[in-house]
Amino acid sequence: MSDSHAYSNASLPTGVLPPGTPAPDFRLPTTPDQCVSLSDFRGAPLILAFYPADWSPVCGDELALFNEVLPEFRRFHAAILGISVDGVWCHLAYAKDRKLRFPLLADFEPKGAVSRLYGAFRPHEGVCERALYVIDANGIIRWSYLSPIGLNPGADGILEALEALIPPQENKTDDPAFDGKSHASGQRA
Amino acid sequence: MTRHSTANLTQAVSEHDHIRGPATALVTLLEYGDYECPYCGAAHPVVEELRKSLGDQMRFVFRHFPLTQIHENAMSAAESAEAAGAQDKFWEMHDILYTNQQALDPESLVQYASWIGIDPKTVAKALSAHEFEDRIRADFSTGIRSGVNGTPTFFIEGNRYNGPPDFDSMLAAIELAEQKE
Repeated sequence: MSDSHAYSNASLPTGVLPPGTPAPDFRLPTTPDQCVSLSDFRGAPLILAFYPADWSPVCGDELALFNEVLPEFRRFHAAILGISVDGVWCHLAYAKDRKLRFPLLADFEPKGAVSRLYGAFRPHEGVCERALYVIDANGIIRWSYLSPIGLNPGADGILEALEALIPPQENKTDDPAFDGKSHASGQRA
Repeated sequence: MTRHSTANLTQAVSEHDHIRGPATALVTLLEYGDYECPYCGAAHPVVEELRKSLGDQMRFVFRHFPLTQIHENAMSAAESAEAAGAQDKFWEMHDILYTNQQALDPESLVQYASWIGIDPKTVAKALSAHEFEDRIRADFSTGIRSGVNGTPTFFIEGNRYNGPPDFDSMLAAIELAEQKE
């Protein structure tokens, strides 16, 4: 992936990207010496959770909730990444303090570049929106949701979207507790 | 793409729930709570005040929503309540936990068993064997599916209550739900 191409300002979306859109690739640091790319997660569902800031009360509640729901996400073999414009050192301290067991990515330099690609940047405040994406194993966005910035969106929308991802003929789960049930739509009204 | 404004309870109240108040009550108030959460602790006297004021008009249901990654004793506290519940003392333990949030370590939990007249060994065993963890996780799961995004989250007649957890606001919402009955 070419960074300059992916982070071009041309035709940036004005809202969250709708279902059916190929998820824009990215490469972002998650620790001072480690980066992750969207393509690293091909082959399994991925949840992206854009949030305004480490340490803010609502974000803390939201990420704490996702941390708690990780076992449910794993039933769908789904990974989750948190993304904000905070730097890696801030993320490290925050993740340690809150005992977060999923990676936080630093959309720090150029600031908010990936968040902009996903229509999840608030230019006036210079922070991410509170936006959620569920991306399928082929890198296609299957569900997106923009939450009011002061509201913890919960995890029910994500779980419904993950359920809707499992086509009956491709029910690859080896978890007997998983019923393979597919809800009518992953798109929230 | 706006959020559903009124999240609904996906798991109906049943005999498997912990219920305080008569089945004939006009209104059901349900809480997803975490015994180690200070906001839940602050809401506890409000719920008690509502129960007193409304008497048999309201029944109260409690489901577990322990945030175990940030509250190290939340799961044990919930387990101790379930262990007490197995001996028909759920609410006695529930009240003790919410009024002693500063001391929810395993030793204290076992000690509380003696306060409510049950054998402390049964609570100690429930904690070490995690006898009730599945039930607690099942509660958590129904909470997630119902859009619970933190604690406490209240539902009045199955509709999420989004107002402030103070007496006057909650009473008004409950009375409004009553009028619809």
